[in-house]
Amino acid sequence: MKKRKPIEYLLLSCALLSIIFLFAIAVSLFKEGLPIFKVVSPVKFIFGSHWYPAHDPPEFGILPLILASLLITIGALIVAVPLGIGSAIYMTELAHPKIKEIIKPVLELLASIPSVIYGFFGMVIFAPFIQRIFNIPTGLTALTASILLGIMALPTIISIAEDSITSIPSSIREASYALGATKWETIIQTIIPAARSGILTAIILGMSRAIGETMTVLMIAGGAAVIPKSFLQPVRPMTATIAAEMGESPMGSLHFHALFAIAAILFLITLGFNILANHIKEKRI
Amino acid sequence: MKKSASHSKAGRVKKVLGVVAVIFVIAALLSGCKPTEAKKNIESLTLTGSTTVLPIVQKAAETFMDINPNARISVRGGGSGVGISALIDGTTDIANASRAIKAEEIEQAHGKGVSPVETAIAMDGIAIIVHSSNSIKGISLEQIKAIYTGEISDWQEIGGKSGPIIIVSRDVSSGTFDTFKKLVLSGEKTRADALMLASNNAVTTTVANTPGAIGYVGLGYLIGDVAALEVNGVYPSQKTIIDGEYKLARYLYMYTNGDPQGVGKEFIDFILSPQGQKIVEEQGFIPIR
Repeated sequence: MKKRKPIEYLLLSCALLSIIFLFAIAVSLFKEGLPIFKVVSPVKFIFGSHWYPAHDPPEFGILPLILASLLITIGALIVAVPLGIGSAIYMTELAHPKIKEIIKPVLELLASIPSVIYGFFGMVIFAPFIQRIFNIPTGLTALTASILLGIMALPTIISIAEDSITSIPSSIREASYALGATKWETIIQTIIPAARSGILTAIILGMSRAIGETMTVLMIAGGAAVIPKSFLQPVRPMTATIAAEMGESPMGSLHFHALFAIAAILFLITLGFNILANHIKEKRI
Repeated sequence: MKKSASHSKAGRVKKVLGVVAVIFVIAALLSGCKPTEAKKNIESLTLTGSTTVLPIVQKAAETFMDINPNARISVRGGGSGVGISALIDGTTDIANASRAIKAEEIEQAHGKGVSPVETAIAMDGIAIIVHSSNSIKGISLEQIKAIYTGEISDWQEIGGKSGPIIIVSRDVSSGTFDTFKKLVLSGEKTRADALMLASNNAVTTTVANTPGAIGYVGLGYLIGDVAALEVNGVYPSQKTIIDGEYKLARYLYMYTNGDPQGVGKEFIDFILSPQGQKIVEEQGFIPIR
């Protein structure tokens, strides 16, 4: 028993280390982000509609960026939720084991493609395609980004939804069949309601994935900082703004602090999503 | 009894192996540092900053190290702002920048006892590009400004085929944008719905795919299906930029703390030498010597 102690401490410190990292990141985000609010009020910062950080005098309104992030995330969910939940149900309830054996590794492959490759594919092939289909001036639009982000969020949604469907005890299915329900009725009326908390968690984590994605949106969302009015126009999400502008903004300048403040707000949004996901998981809403 | 004995023996072997492994790791780490400490004549130099200047510096560093085997040059990107703040914090010897240092940065540097000294190493021209099918061949500085600020929004207004103008710009913190803002926009804002893209390459690709687009890129990126426009009647080329006829050009800089010294001076002198300026030219930029 005594021998185990040092190892135990080692493992404890490993676990603590990640908490320390998270804490340090949060503290530095807020420490570097808060100075902007001495110059611009938080309300003006969040609800201002003009983002001209390098202009003289600069304007720091991030409403267009927040709305762009939300629009693209909603679009990604519209793509990913039906596809993801559908695939999860197919794989757990309907697919022949052999077909499942093929689909699963392919999905894992989808998850392992680096986001810059999605971005490159989107910019060179997918955006010109969208441009031709809708006959719009440019293919770098919120729609283009949404579809690609939806594909990128698929593996997350499918694997979590699949886990939760698989974990439903077979006695529940059997009871449904015993009552004379067909396979379809069992899936719709028994399986999905029973797995709903897992499915909701899957959707929210997919949402986190989509709103935090950076490289792909930087390359294909178009980058126009205007309040979005439709899916077919270029937009500028929060992540892309930070990634594009951080490198060249003078350290310690207002612009620099503004970018950190955007990061802090993004951090709060994803933190909120994750807390919500945890809450749903535990309460089994 | 016997079993437990053999068990503890295996445990001891494992322990010994563990100790040996730790010794090896420490030895490896130490030996990693040793040679640099042992050979005192090795001179190291760190450069950080603009991604525009990066290709020149990388190629120059390779050639420089071939000539001077004792020099150890490490080159990092990050952007002009990152380079200058690294110089202020003392974590780099030379900061590369595609824009001139800003007043607030100089102030910051003086606050930390650093006095940045500027050396121009090359020039870069900014070409105004359109889709290759566009019938417009030339444009004036005033027209470019009117297009980017939103006064002109249809090609017809400057003598082209009617259709909306799609404005492609660079991110507000890029050195190229900074220069464009100064030389063309004279400080005015671009239209809010302009596409702000993250790299020269992205601008070229987008303009090449978009018949109604106008954009601007560094001279080294005039590739693919785009056409460069004459600005005020002058086509961008190495010659017109050196002569000063083509107005959309900027300098690329290296900043040091005080006048360049030691291996830093040697390296900057090398870039300004005929051999170094040839590298500048090979990388698609314009030599200044």
